[in-house]
Parts: sequence; C-alpha cells; structure tokens
Amino acid sequence: MNSQLRWKFIFIGGVIVFCIFGLVGMPELPTSLRQVKQNLVDRIKLGLDLKGGSHLVLQVQVDEAIGQRCDQAVDQLTKQLHEKNIGFGEIRRVDDTHILVRSVDPATSGNFRDLVNSQFTDWNPTPAAGETNGFLLTLKPSIVADLRRDTMDQSLETITRRINALGLTEPTIAFTGRGVNEILVQLPGEGDPTRAKSVIQAGGQLELNRLADEQTYPSESAALAAHGGVLPPGAQVVSGRSESTKPGEPQQAYYILDRAPIVTGQDLRGASPSPSSNNPGQYEVRFQLSTAAAQRFGPFTEANIGRRMAIVLDHQVYTAPVINGRIEDSGVIEGQFSQESAQDLALVLRAGALPASIKYLEERTVGPSLGADSIREGVRASVASIIVVMIFLVFYYRLSGVNAVVALVLNLLILVAFMAYAGAVLTLPGIAGVILTIGMGVDSNVLVFERIREELRNGKANASAVELGFNRAFLTIIDTHVTTVVSAIFLFLFGTGPVRGFAVTLVIGLIANVFTSIYVSRAIFDWHLARMDRQAALSI
Amino acid sequence: MEFFKNVNVDWMGKAKYFAALSLALLAIGWISILRAGGPRYGIDFRGGTLVYVRFAGPPPLDKIRKGLQDAGLANSSIQTISDNVLNSGSQNDVVIGLELKGQGDESLDAGKQSIVDVLHKTFGTTDTAGKQDFNALTPSALTIFLTQKDPLSLGTNAGERYGQLAQRLLDARDKEHGGILTSFDELKNVDGATPAVLSSLPSAYSLGNFTIRNVEIVGPKVGAQLRRQAIFATLYALAGMLVYIAFRFEWVYGAAAVIAVFHDVLITLGLFSIFHFEISLTVIAALLTLVGYSMNDTIVIFDRVREDLRLMRREPFDQVVNKAINQTLSRTILTSGLTFLTVLVLFLMGGEVLRAFSFAMVVGVVVGTYSSFGIAAPIVVLWNKYRGQGTAVRAGSAADKRVAAAARR
Repeated sequence: MNSQLRWKFIFIGGVIVFCIFGLVGMPELPTSLRQVKQNLVDRIKLGLDLKGGSHLVLQVQVDEAIGQRCDQAVDQLTKQLHEKNIGFGEIRRVDDTHILVRSVDPATSGNFRDLVNSQFTDWNPTPAAGETNGFLLTLKPSIVADLRRDTMDQSLETITRRINALGLTEPTIAFTGRGVNEILVQLPGEGDPTRAKSVIQAGGQLELNRLADEQTYPSESAALAAHGGVLPPGAQVVSGRSESTKPGEPQQAYYILDRAPIVTGQDLRGASPSPSSNNPGQYEVRFQLSTAAAQRFGPFTEANIGRRMAIVLDHQVYTAPVINGRIEDSGVIEGQFSQESAQDLALVLRAGALPASIKYLEERTVGPSLGADSIREGVRASVASIIVVMIFLVFYYRLSGVNAVVALVLNLLILVAFMAYAGAVLTLPGIAGVILTIGMGVDSNVLVFERIREELRNGKANASAVELGFNRAFLTIIDTHVTTVVSAIFLFLFGTGPVRGFAVTLVIGLIANVFTSIYVSRAIFDWHLARMDRQAALSI
Repeated sequence: MEFFKNVNVDWMGKAKYFAALSLALLAIGWISILRAGGPRYGIDFRGGTLVYVRFAGPPPLDKIRKGLQDAGLANSSIQTISDNVLNSGSQNDVVIGLELKGQGDESLDAGKQSIVDVLHKTFGTTDTAGKQDFNALTPSALTIFLTQKDPLSLGTNAGERYGQLAQRLLDARDKEHGGILTSFDELKNVDGATPAVLSSLPSAYSLGNFTIRNVEIVGPKVGAQLRRQAIFATLYALAGMLVYIAFRFEWVYGAAAVIAVFHDVLITLGLFSIFHFEISLTVIAALLTLVGYSMNDTIVIFDRVREDLRLMRREPFDQVVNKAINQTLSRTILTSGLTFLTVLVLFLMGGEVLRAFSFAMVVGVVVGTYSSFGIAAPIVVLWNKYRGQGTAVRAGSAADKRVAAAARR
C-alpha cells in the first residue's frame, strides 16, 4: 500500500471512530453492552411524532398589555389634569395606542403640553385633526416595540416557571419564530396535555380589593341602578360566583369593588394547597405576603374589621369574606377546589401572572403507544428495504457491490452520528430525508459503476477504467448533490418544523454521501487494484 | 451481471406519445380534484380537530356515530383505518374528524373535549364503581397509587421504585399491547409485577375499551399560514435549483428540469385525489423528496448530454439526447428500481402514519423517472429546434467548461 492510500485509510478510520464515539461514547465511555445501548438511545433524539408527547402552539395577546398601558395612562392623566386645574372637555382612549383629549382650555394648553412632555414621556402629543383645542396622544413606536418584547419575554418566563413546577420531563418552551407573538411548548411523553394546558393558560392575576358596597347584585345593571346609574368614584363592577348555595338563586353575582387593589399577586411570598378546615374533602389555597405588603395589609385589615374584602382572581371574584380581625401576612382562598386544582392554583400563583392572556393555536398530541408503533414500523420498514437494496447491489455488482454496501453503511453511520453531534431531532419527515439520502447514495455508486463498466467495454485497463469512471461520474454527482443541497437550504430557511427536519437530515446525508461514494469508495477500489493481478477481470 | 447493454431507442421520436400520456394523467387527476372541489387538505392545512382512537375490539361505528349526533356533532367524520395494508383483518382504529365550527379560536379546544366526552359517555370508561380507566392512566397517577397502596411492602420512601415500576407497567401497555389492555394478566411478564401488584390494580382501576392515541388540533389561521409557508418554501427551493442548473448548464435546461418537476408534483397530487389521500405536512416532505429525486434523475441525463455534445459535434441534437438517455438507461432503471423497492416496502410495512407519505413516494419515483426523459429532455430538444433548427446550438456555458477542465486535470 502506498503512503497516500495509507493516509486515506487512516483518515477514513478516524472518521469512523469519531462517528462511533459520537453515538455510543457519550456521556461516558461505556463499559457494558447495556450501556452502549443506553448511550445510543440517549444520543438519538426522536421528535414528538416518533416518541409521543404534546406539541402546543400558543399566541400571547400582546395588544392586551398595550391596551392596559393605555388605560393606566388615561387614569393617571385624568388625575393629574384635575390636580393641576387644567380644563378639558373629555378624555378617552381611542385605541390601544392613542388617547384623545378634547377641548383643552386654551388658557391652560401650555400647561397641558408641559405636563405631557414632563410626566408622560412615552406619549407624543399632537393637535387632533378636526378638533378645536383637542390633543391626540400617541404611544411612541419605540415604547410599543419595547412593550411587545417585554410582554413576550415575560410570558415565556412565566410559562417556563409554571411548566417546570409541574415537573414534566425535558420540556421545550421557545418562541416559534413563525407567526406573530407565538410560543411553542413541547412536552415529550405527555399523552394528555389537558392539565398542562389549563395551568399554562391560567391568568394568575390575584388582587385583594375592598368592597365599596357591601351588597351583591344579581346583574351589572342592578348594581349600577342601586347607585343611581353612577358608580362611586374609583369603584368598578366585577362579577363572581355567588356565595349563596340555595337552589334557585342565580349562580352569578356582581360586586362593586374599589378599583385600586390593596394587595396584588406581586406581593406574594408563597402559596400552597391545604385541606380545607371548613369543608372536609375539599381543598383551599393558603398564601403568604411579602414583608412590605404585610405592613400595608395589617393596618388595612385592622381599620376595616367587620367589612368585606374580595379575593379577585383573573377579574373574577372568588370569595368575599368578612374581615374578622387584623391579618398580617397570610390569607386563604377558599373555593370548591379538588386537591389537584388547589395544587395548580398555588403553582400558578407562585409562578406569577401572565402579562397578557393567551390563546391556543395548535395542539398535537401523539400518544406513547402510537409513537412506539411508528418507530417500530418505520425502523422495520427501513431496515428491510436497506437490506433488500444491499443484497441486490452485491448480486448485481459482485465484489464492487460489497464496496457500495460499505459506502452505504458508512453513509448512514455518518448521518446518524452528525445528527447526534448537532443535537438534531429525528422526525418522520426526517426519515424521508434519510430515504432520499439512501436513494442518492445508491445512485452515486451505480453511476460510477456503470461508467466503469462502459470504460471496460471500450477496452480500457482496470486501473484506468476505474480512474475514468470516477472522474466522469464526479461532475454528475456534484451537480445532483449541489442542486439538492441548494434546495434543502432554501427549505430550511423558509420552511416550518417538519420541512426543516427534512432539510437538515438531507443536507447532512448528502455531504456524507459525497464523501463515502467518491472518497471512500475510490480508496477501496485503489486498495483492491493494488492487490489484484493486473490481467484479472475486475469484479464489477 | 448486466441487464442492459447497447440499448438503442429513439426516445425523442416518441416525445409526442409522452406528451399525450402526461396530458392524460394530468387531466384524470385534476378532473378528480376539481370534482372534489379542490385538493384534499389534511388537518394541518385546513384547520380542525382529529382524534385517533383505538378500540379493544371491532369499533361499534353506529354507536359512535349516534353518540356524536346526540352531542350535536353531526358534521364529524368517522373513518376506520387498518394498521397494515397487507393484513386488513384487524381494523380496531377509528379516526374522528371535526371541521372547524366557528371562526373563533376558542372553539378549538371545545371540539376535542366534546369528542372525548361522547366517547366516555357512550363507552362508559369510568364504570359504576367509580374506578379509573387504566388504559388512560398516566405514569404519575399510577405512581401515587402504588406508593399509597404499597403492594410490595417497601415502606413509605419507595416512591422512586414505584415510579420506575409504574413506568414499566405503562410502557408494556403502550409498546407491547398497542396502548390498550383487555386484562390485567397481560402485565404478568413485566419486571417487578408480582401477583401482589397485579391483584392490587383491579380494585382501583377498570379497563376501558378504547384509548386515545393521537390528537391534532389546528386553528384556522395556523392552517392557512402553514399552507402558505409550505408553498413558498417549495417555490423558493425550485427557484434555487433553477438558478443553479442555469449556471451549470444553460437556462433552458434549468427551466426544463423545473417544468418536469412541476409535472411530477401535479400528477402526484392528482393521484392523491383519486385514491383519497389527504395532503398533510408529512406529505409535503414526501413531495419535496420526489422533487429532489426527479431533479437528480434529470441532471444525470443532462450531464451526459453535455458530455456527449463535446464528443459528437456533428450529430443532430436529438440524436445526442437519445444517446445520452440510452447510455444512462442502465443506471436509471437500476437506481429507480431500487428506490422504488425501498418505498414500496415502506408503503406496505410502514404502518398508518407513513401511508400517505409512502404513497407519494411510490408514485413520485415512477413519475419522476419518467419525466426526466419524457418531459425534461424533449423540452430542451424542442427549444433547440426552435432556436437553431436542430444543429447549431450547443450546451455548455463558459463556467461549466472551466469546471470540466479542472475536473479532468
């Protein structure tokens, strides 16, 4: 063997060792056959479609957060205008990012501008079209963009905390990068995502508000009518479950609450479920307040003994207990909770509120049994077809066929090993990529072999026929492979999940294929030619 | 061994017949599509709900249908599927589909929940004694039960060991018994499943006669978005190929190859409609595979045409193309034959999940091979006839000659 060929084989051997190490040598070198198997299973990451699990796509309603910011600004601006005695006709939210202030007193319009420019720096005041002395305040685009990003980041963090608290294995939570404001949640092995879904979707906004009016009303209009159609200043109507359990009474009740909460979810130090002391068999959620909140809460409860306080969760009154004495830093949410729902609520409260509500856009759940079936059937079919192809190659091309089989096996080894190194996930469409790789791998070998046969028929000697065969087929192989790689790159750039999985396996497979069918196959031919009798017929 | 030696077929002389054949195939397929009111999109692209249920025995379709109707889900579709095309004996799987009712995203969850509710109501999963369904059990719930019950008398700190046992028991249910048990005795062979463990199960669990194997819910916006994205990704990929081939050969070769690929995809879609397969995201992957495959085949022939053109400068162009096809025929038949075999095995053995996918591949391999000599090559010949009356034009851009020269060195 000449030295050039020797180096070729050393290089090929190195690649093989590198690949085998990538598949079974990590995380630690195996010492038993069982561990080899375990490492292999760990290294080949299967997609949810193959191993089972839930795939959820949800959308954060970011505009809600922007709308909230707008509402807050309207409230603050109204207060400030009154304090500074700036006369105006009406103040109103136009949409999520615009506030209209009508008929500002011309004498104080300079003060108005100063106020907005000094204290409402997020807003751009412009004279409103078609209004005399009207101003349109526009939320600055850079602020909107920041708000959107913050809302998305915060949602992602909150959802991550909640899912981690559920204790599911290896969840993936990430932006989809596909549509607007979308988050992808993947829960491997989760055959029924119902509970996870409700935990993710729960708003988790807790507020404790004083009741502005001790009465409850059967409808919103009744609540308004009781006050002559105008709510007390700083109050709001909130609906909730009726505490009356008498049959025939309406299930819904309406409360008039102070707008400003005494305590919010951000003041919580902890929350946990515990069996209910009043209703055996049921559960309640106990929460603890931070020190700062407790300093507010203690005096408040002391001053309001005998009055009622509402526990509002996601804009729904849960309970409205009477304050019996001074409460420092803990409280109870009672309700008809089962153990699981109490656990979930405590978890959601601990993990914090979502900055905006979410909607589910997509749910795919592959049960573990279906995933197992897909793997078994897919693997069985692939192995069967590869064996058929290999038998045929050996039958048709004899010794050269063995060469092709070696190249094919090495091709698959490199493909799987690189997927393991890259942490790529094997999915069903990925298997399609593997099939195309095998097809093109066989094709490359066939192209070369047919060319060698042609040259032999034209009377060339063995060595020069092999040389010409490889050289002539080389251009074709490069052309076909580059074309397909180009298309795969486009698919990766513009495609979605499954299409991308296909593109990834295809690119890795084709690069491996050029290496095995040209470099490795040629080296084996050269080695064989060097050993065989010059006059003997090439086994092809 | 060799199948083909010195073939001499006048392929370009038969171009007319190829054109007729292609038009006929396209017409049949697309008449079927038009009659069906458009391509049959799967849940991925259409939006809607799909629940895939396995029953312990033959599924009582009438009962399911009636239950769904009573629940106001009359617009749902019910379809039985078999595991294997070779043995159509066991058809215990049913797919229940629900079109999108409203446009609202809120109704997404409702559809699945009402289907599941109907199944539970109709087939009484939670039986009268209030026992839970073992066939719908999750590992965490079983772990809690086993730890509390402690049938192996391991003490109170055995949670981890019971967790592993629960996982093994449910793995056996899912992987060996297809997700549905008909008797607790079927768990006998599980490592650690002592008689004490097995006898503790029936006291708390019943065995429901169905299990939900797969749920897909896709919102309408997502469906439209996925469809658009798949189409654009494919078009960009085709454009990329066209540019590369135009650069390596001449633009007409690129155009011919892309037209041939379009032809393949359109015919495959037509056959999809005739055989009532739905177009899903996985099928898109199959279509992309056939695009790659067909392109590969076409380029092999074009490469040979380019090479032969340098050797046969005086021959008419269509003769050169004929020769190139004949020279590569042996490899074409071999490669196509082997790939066809591969995907045929996949179609026959690959199971339900791969059915539509492998069908696209089986059709694609045949059509893709045919279109290389039946469509792509004649287009180039036709163009050359039109431009230079058949002799003057020679392929091979300057760039290509450079590469070829470099390769020869």
